[in-house]
Amino acid sequence: MNWGSWSEFFAMGGYALYVWGSYAVTLGLMVMEIVLLALRGRSIHGELGRARERGGP
Amino acid sequence: MRVCPEKTVNWSAEGGRINWFKYSSPQTFFPLAGMLAPWFGALAAVFCVAGLYIGFFIAPTDHQQGEAYRIIFIHVPAAWMSMFLYLVMAFWAGVGLMFNTRLSGMMASALAPTGALFTFIALWTGSLWGKPTWGTWWVWDARLTSELILLFLYLGFMALQAAIDEPRRADKAGAVLALTGVVNIPIIYFSVRWWNTLHQGASVSLTSAPTMAATMFAGMAVMAFGFWFYSIATALVRVRCIILERERATDWVADYMRVPK
Repeated sequence: MNWGSWSEFFAMGGYALYVWGSYAVTLGLMVMEIVLLALRGRSIHGELGRARERGGP
Repeated sequence: MRVCPEKTVNWSAEGGRINWFKYSSPQTFFPLAGMLAPWFGALAAVFCVAGLYIGFFIAPTDHQQGEAYRIIFIHVPAAWMSMFLYLVMAFWAGVGLMFNTRLSGMMASALAPTGALFTFIALWTGSLWGKPTWGTWWVWDARLTSELILLFLYLGFMALQAAIDEPRRADKAGAVLALTGVVNIPIIYFSVRWWNTLHQGASVSLTSAPTMAATMFAGMAVMAFGFWFYSIATALVRVRCIILERERATDWVADYMRVPK
């Protein structure tokens, strides 16, 4: 185990800005991609559903 | 308007062997992708959690860089994925160009945003790693510049496809760009050998043992698998969106929409 306490863990030996800045942006972008994909799927399903209700293709 | 030609062709498996060409049609690949995506998503989550655990709690502190080196567990896997996804994207683009199969072009389009994402992550984390270790956020050396060009290739591919209304023409134009850009991949990979760069050489290569602690390497490798599975999952979900968007006028999409979900 590398860390004596949680505060030591979060401090990252003085490199918190660089380490957590990397991980936070990576996580944020991956979550963003998943959300955008979900919205894109919902959008096309909604569009096709409305087209079906109108009776068209 | 192209109608579904697959309807007239018997794609079914014969003699008990799986006919892989069956899945080269968007119609048959659509449900398969839907079935596989959650499994790859789950694998991605498991591998990323395991990789982060190894990276933060098992891998020791680096005696030169202290804790700053822990950026490696996303930086290197993201950089690997940025190059690997480009090759896969160019492969599908090339297959589409050669055989004129619709699904290949859709696969290439589905991979581009995820490839661009990992390229950006590689650059971003590299910058945050460069500041404490090199003393600079950015330097115009061969490795960094060629990776930046990779980001522009991805973005150029996406912009070019978005600018062309007719999907099949967009696929062809994108494929030419993607295949031309492949030349950049060996340049990125070998840049640290061909030129004097600030970026360090490869710690891990195909021809020699990793020059790092086994647990550090393990964390990196597990994260790389996590990112790989994540890429497969997102590409499969995205290709399903693209299939529906492009095939909206076909009978099978109408049939699919009739099934209550």
